Amino acid sequence: METLQILQIIWFLLIGVLFVGYSVLDGFDLGVGSLFPFLAKTKEEKQNLFDIIWPFWDGNEVWLLTAGGALFAAFPYAYATVFSGFYLALMLVLFALIFRAVSLEFWIHDEKRQSLWANAFTVGSFLPSLLYGVALGNVIVGIPLDTNMDFTGTFFTLLRPYPLSIGLLGLAAILLQGSTYTALKADGTIKERARLLTGKIWIFYIVTFVLSIVMTAVFAPKNFSNIPAWIFFVVVLAGTFLSRRASSEGSDLKAFLLSSLSFIGLWGITGAIQYPNLVVNNTGGGNITIFNGSSTSLTLTVMLIIAVIGVPIVLGYTIYVYRVFKGKIKNLNY
Amino acid sequence: MDAVLLSRIQFGFAAGFHFIFPPLTLGLTLIIFILETLYFRKNSEIHKEISTFLIRILALIFTLGVASGIVLEFSFGTNWAEYSRMVGDIFGAPLAAEAVFSFFLESTFLAILLFGRSRVSKKAYLTAAFLVFFASHLSGLWIIIANSWMQTPAGYAIENGRAVLTDFFAAAFNPSTGVRYLHTVVAAWVTGALFAAGISAWFLLKKRSENIFRPLLKICVVIFIITAALQFVSGHLHVLQVGETQPAKMAAFEALWKTGNGVPMSLFGIPSETTETTKLEVSVPKLLSILMHFDSNAEVKGLNEFSKEVWPPIVPTYLTYHLMVIIGIIFGIMALIALILLARKKLFTANWFLKVLLIAAPLPLIANTLGWVAAEIGRQPWAVYGLLKTADAASKAVPAWQALISLILFVIVYSLLFAVFLTIFFKIVKRGPESKI
Repeated sequence: METLQILQIIWFLLIGVLFVGYSVLDGFDLGVGSLFPFLAKTKEEKQNLFDIIWPFWDGNEVWLLTAGGALFAAFPYAYATVFSGFYLALMLVLFALIFRAVSLEFWIHDEKRQSLWANAFTVGSFLPSLLYGVALGNVIVGIPLDTNMDFTGTFFTLLRPYPLSIGLLGLAAILLQGSTYTALKADGTIKERARLLTGKIWIFYIVTFVLSIVMTAVFAPKNFSNIPAWIFFVVVLAGTFLSRRASSEGSDLKAFLLSSLSFIGLWGITGAIQYPNLVVNNTGGGNITIFNGSSTSLTLTVMLIIAVIGVPIVLGYTIYVYRVFKGKIKNLNY
Repeated sequence: MDAVLLSRIQFGFAAGFHFIFPPLTLGLTLIIFILETLYFRKNSEIHKEISTFLIRILALIFTLGVASGIVLEFSFGTNWAEYSRMVGDIFGAPLAAEAVFSFFLESTFLAILLFGRSRVSKKAYLTAAFLVFFASHLSGLWIIIANSWMQTPAGYAIENGRAVLTDFFAAAFNPSTGVRYLHTVVAAWVTGALFAAGISAWFLLKKRSENIFRPLLKICVVIFIITAALQFVSGHLHVLQVGETQPAKMAAFEALWKTGNGVPMSLFGIPSETTETTKLEVSVPKLLSILMHFDSNAEVKGLNEFSKEVWPPIVPTYLTYHLMVIIGIIFGIMALIALILLARKKLFTANWFLKVLLIAAPLPLIANTLGWVAAEIGRQPWAVYGLLKTADAASKAVPAWQALISLILFVIVYSLLFAVFLTIFFKIVKRGPESKI
């Protein structure tokens, strides 16, 4: 194998790692945001719920920026096609993320409109949680591309049954991250509510997972013969099931970690069925793959050096900060 | 309207809104780091109290910067897909590096600054203040690298119609990176210093918490005096670089229609692209030749050297550049007055100057925007100077009506956010350092 090919495969894996980092970490605060009205009813409870994610959400969101930047640098053709093609949907995600980012800060200072900002946080968390999966479902099942590799469909092309089912599955995984995290970091009534929700979300997760399998059978049947995907399939099922069991046994940390494992499994399935494609072209023209859509060997090498130096440092101080704010968080002393 | 123009307006608007916040962040992290260092050394409660107050304001500013910053990273893909395909091999890496090396560091340790005072040691807290300062300045470097490559591309070759990286360091440290980074960072320090000086002046005029705001005002004024002077140096170096590497842009800055020897420097006027003259022009004879070449008879290239197709729009480039320079000169005069007042120990009692500081607080933000507009419009018609035209850089998959919808939404959403931001900002200031939130 040539050096370029090895680098392309490494970057396919590394971008997967970045998406996993984003899903597992920002997943929990997106989940908390989406479940906000179900978890917190009074003002104190809302404050407490914000407190458990406040020190972390911003750092977590940087995983998205890193993944986006890495995709741009490593696979610019996929970045250009997906982001321009899904224009309106992405704008919706961006506006949601904008409102979500400001709503925590506005909530604490703008007392007159607190319910508005709490709702903005909920909607701003829910929309991306649903739409990420929809976007992913589209590049898996295929979108129409012209010879310039530009998207030729419409906004409604994006809302086909298969992408929608993947959207629901992604939402379920994010909600499970949110409920298990809340049980871990909050206490009292909120914790009890979070555990109860875990029991319900677990069912939703399994239902959407089965639905996605059925949809795959109908719309992308070739993926059924993918052996590695079936291995990750088992990881997802086991992770979800054991997370639910740990939660009902009161081991909240275990429940959160197993939920995260299940999320990793979902990305494992995605990577296995997608490789080496990045964006599938459903018009019969060529797909955008890691081999025809990548940057040059020099850029991939430079990026690899950046990643090898940068990522371990990031992981190091991320662990440090999670330790500083370890245990139940209450009265954050803003 | 066509999609390219709409995308340009949208990017300009989104980047312009975003850039209100990063210079304030850079400037404030510098002041906070100084205050935390003083607190650490002297164990002085006053410095801790001011710092805590400024960190609260920093958190609000930082949040707006994060919220509006995410948009920009994705804008290259959404609105500038052809650009992304053409230069992604070079342009993506600094953005990714910025996230890995800077954004993680900045946001993670800002959490320590905000919530960690009682949870970590004094030394760890000071380290966090340093890391937030360091990370925000490093982040500025990466983004200036990316933007400077668009101004003065280097370290690349054209292969199969796209630009590919041939030398990472040549691309990163291209001919304009260093001086543009210096100019931008010094501008950010001026911004932060005048911003915090304005807040201090307000408290001193109200005779509130004077024991706290006197030391803050002094620190800010010292930073301001140094940086306002330094900005003349960096500005001059930047002009030399533009004259050397982007002569058409330099000619547009000055509305210098014809090449000449011993050319004057235009102080102000109203240029007209159709008649190729500048009306009501006030200029200093031979000054431009002196400034550019240290020689009163040196030749400076005018716009007549370039085909009209590659002229940037002269009027906005000239006006924004000159207004920025005028504000810079105002800062120079203010810095001089501040120096005299400081030497005579009258800084805290000269109420008229405190009022000037209060009014001048938002001026650097205007100068920053003017400078960027001059730099970016002056780069036109190129997206990447001499390499890729802006008109060829936009996404083909995005029809005009979609760009129009998103542009309208950006205007509405950002106006709303800015209104709330200002309300909250004034509320935090009015509550003062004695408040807990």
